[in-house]
Amino acid sequence: MKVGLLYSRIRRDEKLLLSELRDRGHEVAKIDVRDEQFGLSEPPASFEGVDIVVDRCLATSRSLYITQFLDAYGIPVVNSATTADVCSDKVKNSLALARAGVPTPTTEVAFTTDSALEIVERFGYPCVIKPVVGSWGRLMAKVESRSAAEAILEHKSTLGHYQHKVFYIQEFVDKPGRDIRVVAVDGEPVAAMTRSSDHWLTNAAKGAEVEPFEPDDRVRDLVSTASDAVGGGLLGIDLMETGVPESDDPETRETGSHADYTVHEVNHTVEFKALNDAVDTDVPAAVVDWLEAKAETDAEAAV
Amino acid sequence: MADTITAEDPLTGEEIEIPADVEVGEIVDSPATGAELEVISVDPVTLEEAPELEEDWGE
Repeated sequence: MKVGLLYSRIRRDEKLLLSELRDRGHEVAKIDVRDEQFGLSEPPASFEGVDIVVDRCLATSRSLYITQFLDAYGIPVVNSATTADVCSDKVKNSLALARAGVPTPTTEVAFTTDSALEIVERFGYPCVIKPVVGSWGRLMAKVESRSAAEAILEHKSTLGHYQHKVFYIQEFVDKPGRDIRVVAVDGEPVAAMTRSSDHWLTNAAKGAEVEPFEPDDRVRDLVSTASDAVGGGLLGIDLMETGVPESDDPETRETGSHADYTVHEVNHTVEFKALNDAVDTDVPAAVVDWLEAKAETDAEAAV
Repeated sequence: MADTITAEDPLTGEEIEIPADVEVGEIVDSPATGAELEVISVDPVTLEEAPELEEDWGE
């Protein structure tokens, strides 16, 4: 098959994918989106003959628009424009999860600092203020006092892009020092890991320690439902354990029992290099298996 | 130690060593300055200063 890979920066994730695709004899067209120009009906020449496009855009704005263009041209793309639209925005992400009955942290949104402060005060401290678009744990605020909340809201209101005036406020989930990242294809887990840190943010991009994690039936069920809720595809689903008993010993907390999980986010241009290093599963191979099947299904559907 | 090749650091003009298997679009760190450099071509390898991190970058 011929695979178009949309990129503006080749990370180790893209190198792993490129290597797996080339090793299997697939033709790969690397498409640097910075060089492309998109019309309303005809695709740019770079897309000539591709069976499927893999969106690995680093910039969310580009991912959102280009997947829409590819839809208009009738070129199959993973992930889809629908999935990108839902996953790229935390408000849409939370609404989709809640609508599907997936447990997700209590979240409210307001559009003025006064209304946002009322939510913060009602949630109590600590609580979390997140940007609606963003990644890698950037610009996340754990708010521990009213004065801090006032300052953060004022800064967002005064300094930020208009999206920072959409105040997304979430309950603080007292997770056991770790969260769980599951990479899944159309709801089926490929592999999973825990991400542990002494910091409240446990993103791998922030240097969290990662360990393999074996999804239990509940996690599998939540991953499947969450994937469907956002439109499916190759996704990174993030969960936290909830209801972990209080303990003074961090080790006990980390490995102790928990009541359930909550899904806080689904990522649509998922990075998997850290996961690939943490688990025995060959993640890029599993992703390419899925891409091959996807391209075949799309080709059959087009006949 | 992985195979390396040399290329000119666009910021300092020095010859620097980078991995031999770099791809166009990949970012390498300059061992001379620590700056992020983008691979613009591979035959021969040319490097440019990489773009700054944008707010909507991520996964």
